[in-house]
This record gives sequence, structure tokens and C-alpha cells, in this order.
Amino acid sequence: MSLTLHWTSLHDFVAMGGHAGTVWASVGAVAVFLVAELVLLGRRRRAALRALAEAVHEEPVR
Amino acid sequence: MDSPTTAMPAHPATFPPPAALRGSLLRHASPQHFHALAGRLLPWAWMLAAVLLAAGLALGFLVAPADHQQGEAYRIIFLHVPTAWIAMLAYVAMAFWGAVGLAWNTRLSFLLMRALAPTGAACAFLNLWTGALWGQSTWGTWWVWDARLTSMLLLFFLYAGFLALTASIDDPQRGDRAGAVLALAGVVNVPVIYFSVQWWNTLHQGASITPRGTSVAPGMLWALLLSSLGLWAYAVGAVLSRARCLVLERERHAAWARRLPEVAR
Repeated sequence: MSLTLHWTSLHDFVAMGGHAGTVWASVGAVAVFLVAELVLLGRRRRAALRALAEAVHEEPVR
Repeated sequence: MDSPTTAMPAHPATFPPPAALRGSLLRHASPQHFHALAGRLLPWAWMLAAVLLAAGLALGFLVAPADHQQGEAYRIIFLHVPTAWIAMLAYVAMAFWGAVGLAWNTRLSFLLMRALAPTGAACAFLNLWTGALWGQSTWGTWWVWDARLTSMLLLFFLYAGFLALTASIDDPQRGDRAGAVLALAGVVNVPVIYFSVQWWNTLHQGASITPRGTSVAPGMLWALLLSSLGLWAYAVGAVLSRARCLVLERERHAAWARRLPEVAR
């Protein structure tokens, strides 16, 4: 297996042999889902930690 | 389970876990230990995911040759197949943890079961989405009611049903049990998806990689393996990270959780 670039130009790469629409819509959807999941997980963790901090504030741990 | 640091009360188990599971293994099943252990594993999972996904997709989209029948459209495979594997195996893992939870009332198993569902559902959806686009490019149609496609759609509905059911039950313990029963009932669909291309005459192509060997060019194979491992590492990271959130949400009243250094005072 040789590590040579399959494409001769950036234009060829983007055009995906005439299948740009379906190929890039696949890549885009996966990217959007992964980024969205990471953002939601970060928010959820911060919310959980905030709830714990509020609980400590109301009823401090001995 | 009955470590003194555990805030979850030891539930009356329906029957005791096997001797091998008692002791050191169950210590890690305490929410506190799990939270710490998963926290140490997470950076590795994210790092592996980033490196392997970058390598796999670079190989797949920049280096791998065109397919002699499908031209460039086949490159969707580097996302389509990894999402299928994760959607199917995450469901089996969900059913497994549900069964463990039902049998031994270990609540961490239920948390893992719940943590797997959103990532599995997302992968099932992405698998159907990339499949529809690939189908449009190579078969000329977005969808056919073929055995492989239909059983995958059913898997997505099972995930959606699990998420809706567990979200609709306010009592966490009841939700856990109901979810576990649904996960177990649906698990029979997973082997149906896998073998559908052999059992029925489908428009979907057969497996390119089987335990007996592969029918794929080396560049394509490496790209597929690396992107699959990368998406696996990502899924492990997402599931561990969601399970940690679930632990903190359920352990709101536990002293150990309130003493975590991350909790801003």
C-alpha cells in the first residue's frame, strides 16, 4: 500500500467523481452529530456540577 | 457494592451475584469509583478517537483508490460501516447491562445501559442517513424495503422507543427496569441485521469483511479499520462521559459527589 495522494487537484477532491452531494452530506451529518453530542455532554456535566455546588451551598458538607 | 463510601443504598438483590463478581470487581461498580475511573480513561478515549479518526478518514478520503464499480461514491463506506457496527454492538451492550441490572440490581449497570442509548441511536440514524445517500449514488434510490435496511430502521426505532420510554418514567428505578426489558426484547433484531444479507436476497451488498477474510483493497481496508476504531474510541468516550453525568445526577445527595474538586464552591 503506497501513501500517494489519490487526487490530482483540490477540485477533483471536492467533486468526488460527480458524487459530491451525497459524499459530503454524509461527512457533514456525521461531523454535526459528533460535535453536537460533545457540546451537549459538556453542558450536561457543567449543569450536574452546578447542581452539586448549589446543594453544597444550601446544606454544606461537614 | 456495600463499600461505606457508596451513597446508593445496597438494594436487596433478587439473588446474590456469583462469587467471582463479589469483592474487587464490584468495588469498581460503586458510583464513586466508576466516576473516578471513567474520568481517568476519558482523555485516552478522546485522544485515540482524534488520532484514529483523522488517520482513517485521511486514508479513506485522500489516499484509498476509487472503487472499480462505484467510483468515488463508495467512500461513504468509511462512515457508513463504522456507524453500523457501533449501532449494533452498542445495542447488544445496552441489553447486556440491562440484563445484569435486572438480575443483580446493580445500579451502575442501568446507568451504563442508559448512557449507551443516545450514542447508539445517533449511530443508527447516521447509518441510515449515509446509507440513503450512498443508495442514491449507486442504486439510484434513497430507500428500498429490503431486509437489511428495514431491520436497521427497526433498530433505530428500538433506540427511539428506549429513549422515549425511559424519559417518560419519572421514577429512575422503574425507568431502569422498563428500559432493560425493552432493550432485552429488542436484542434479537441485531443478529437479524447482521445475517439479513445472507438470509434474504437483498439489494444491499454482502459483508466485505467477515471472520473468513476480506474482499477489499489494502488501502480501503486500513482506512475502514482505522476509522472504525476511531469511531469506537469516540463512542466509548461519549458513553463514559454520559455515564459520569448520570452518576452525578443520581448521586446529588452523596457526600463524595459534593466533595469532588470539580464542584465549585
